[in-house]
Amino acid sequence: MRALTYHGSHDVRVDTVPDPEIVNPRDAIIEVTSTAICGSDLHLYDGVIPGVMSGDILGHEFMGRVVETGSGSTLKKGQRVVVPFTISCGQCFHCKMQQFSACDNSNPAEKQDLTEPLYGHPLSGLFGYSHLTGGYPGGQAEYVRVPFSDVGPIVIPEGMDDDEVLFLSDILPTGWMAAENADITEGDTVAVWGCGPVGLFAVQSARIMGAHQVIAIDHHPHRLELARLMGAKVIDYTQTHVLEALMEMTGGIGPDAVIDAVGMESHGFAPDNVFDTIKQKVGIGADAPHALRMAIMAVRKGGRISMPGVYGGFADKFPLGALMEKGLQLRTGQTHVQRYTKDLLRRIQEGEIDTTFLISHRLPLEEAPRGYANFKNNQNEWTKVVLKPGTAAV
Amino acid sequence: MTYRTFEEDRRARRARHAAQPGGAALAVGLGLLLLGGLAARQYAGQQAPRRPADSAPGRTARRRRFGDYAVTGRSVTINRPRRDIYDFWRDFSNLSKFMENIESVHASGDITRWTISAPMGHAVDVVTRIVSDRPGEEIAWRSTEDSEIDTEGKVMFRDAPGARGTVVETVIAYRPPMGELGRIVATLFQDEPGVQARRNLKRLKMLLETGEIATNRNRNDG
Repeated sequence: MRALTYHGSHDVRVDTVPDPEIVNPRDAIIEVTSTAICGSDLHLYDGVIPGVMSGDILGHEFMGRVVETGSGSTLKKGQRVVVPFTISCGQCFHCKMQQFSACDNSNPAEKQDLTEPLYGHPLSGLFGYSHLTGGYPGGQAEYVRVPFSDVGPIVIPEGMDDDEVLFLSDILPTGWMAAENADITEGDTVAVWGCGPVGLFAVQSARIMGAHQVIAIDHHPHRLELARLMGAKVIDYTQTHVLEALMEMTGGIGPDAVIDAVGMESHGFAPDNVFDTIKQKVGIGADAPHALRMAIMAVRKGGRISMPGVYGGFADKFPLGALMEKGLQLRTGQTHVQRYTKDLLRRIQEGEIDTTFLISHRLPLEEAPRGYANFKNNQNEWTKVVLKPGTAAV
Repeated sequence: MTYRTFEEDRRARRARHAAQPGGAALAVGLGLLLLGGLAARQYAGQQAPRRPADSAPGRTARRRRFGDYAVTGRSVTINRPRRDIYDFWRDFSNLSKFMENIESVHASGDITRWTISAPMGHAVDVVTRIVSDRPGEEIAWRSTEDSEIDTEGKVMFRDAPGARGTVVETVIAYRPPMGELGRIVATLFQDEPGVQARRNLKRLKMLLETGEIATNRNRNDG
């Protein structure tokens, strides 16, 4: 089959690799019909996540048709499914509590050794996201082996378009959980850093959850425009002092909750960020948490910080004092996708949530490297890239 | 009102300074103090009463060796009834289903012969005798004189709190071939019993909770 593989920083290629097979009883094989490039794939593309090896198949947002099932799978051949990026057994202590992204059993035992010293506990398995999370071959391919297929994949009714439901795999539940972690009540102001797909879905979710106003912060005019369409007020940080503006837009109180949908590779020309970026490039500090620092400074006393943005290592100059003295709460984590898919599918069916506005480009899988380069370098126009395996390159 | 002038003040400060021991004497004094301190610490170390034992399992001690034996072990919580896990373990032929390092197991009565993979493609024969078997609670073994490795160990099963299933705890003591150097070499090859115990218990948990052992292999020939 054809698959997008990693060969080094800013070097991804579509290669021919062996087709996957059923290996464990609960596996299914999915023929991919749509797969997206995620903002977090850019962290892999930039080489800032350790444990990615040459030849690894990337991609964790995908859907398709079931073509083969193991004896323990509950799926049927021919069904259309969206597959969560988190691999979860459904039976361990964490899965039983619906903490699916903390599954004990999905990361192979020898791979768990990689993250146990780094984080104190091993991570669970994810598709196509480095050997720290299991080294599972990802979804930017013609076929994918899906472990625990009786737990993760959600069956999509015929008649719904791929574009409507593909993002149930990651970014829609991620934006939703980000808003849920912000613990929104009526009258709240929520500030969202980053108008990438997760930030935009967080804006949409926060509105549905009853926020009085949502303020989105970014520097790409087109992305800010999309945030405005989702019902947010917007701040362009290249024009405006963000902290001052947030205070003035909230009657001097500050936002009740803040969402960092940026993560470890913040943009911006603030001194702390320039320093962080240099350290990241030379490999002595993994995270550049400029947006998070600002969010912590902005949030009102006793407020909430929700952190869906991806971080991998250690942060310098973290405003721990502000966190403690202002009495803040911080909630974060990889998304417990399986907890949200059913409810969000219903909301899409009922027309409450639209995800198609996000897609700016549809490319054949063969053109995935071009998709990565543009998603990284032309962020204003390239808001979301969906790859279609099996379609001809143009 | 009388003022003390700057000059008077300086004289006063110099007078106070002169009353103190000279720089050289100060240095010698400090040096003696330091030496005395070190000696006192050495002496106190020898005389100090043993600290009272804490609540932690012995295998987590900073000291990793107990006589000639290295002690290792690991706990895991498995979401299954205690008796089921005991029964599964007690049938030693099941152990090779999740212990990567076991090449073969032959049990007859209390005596079990194990062929265990060792660094650099070698294998060792271990022969053990069951020294304690309390159904649902504990299985303990000790190597016999026929064994190539001098080892003893036990696995214990107890109910986990809050309906979380069963805590499975293994403790293994062994005399590393070639001593500490051998232990370090085995660790490098990831064949050291501590490394193996950690991974094996995770695989046991996967097998008993999910019915399969997680792998990222995409093919059966891979």
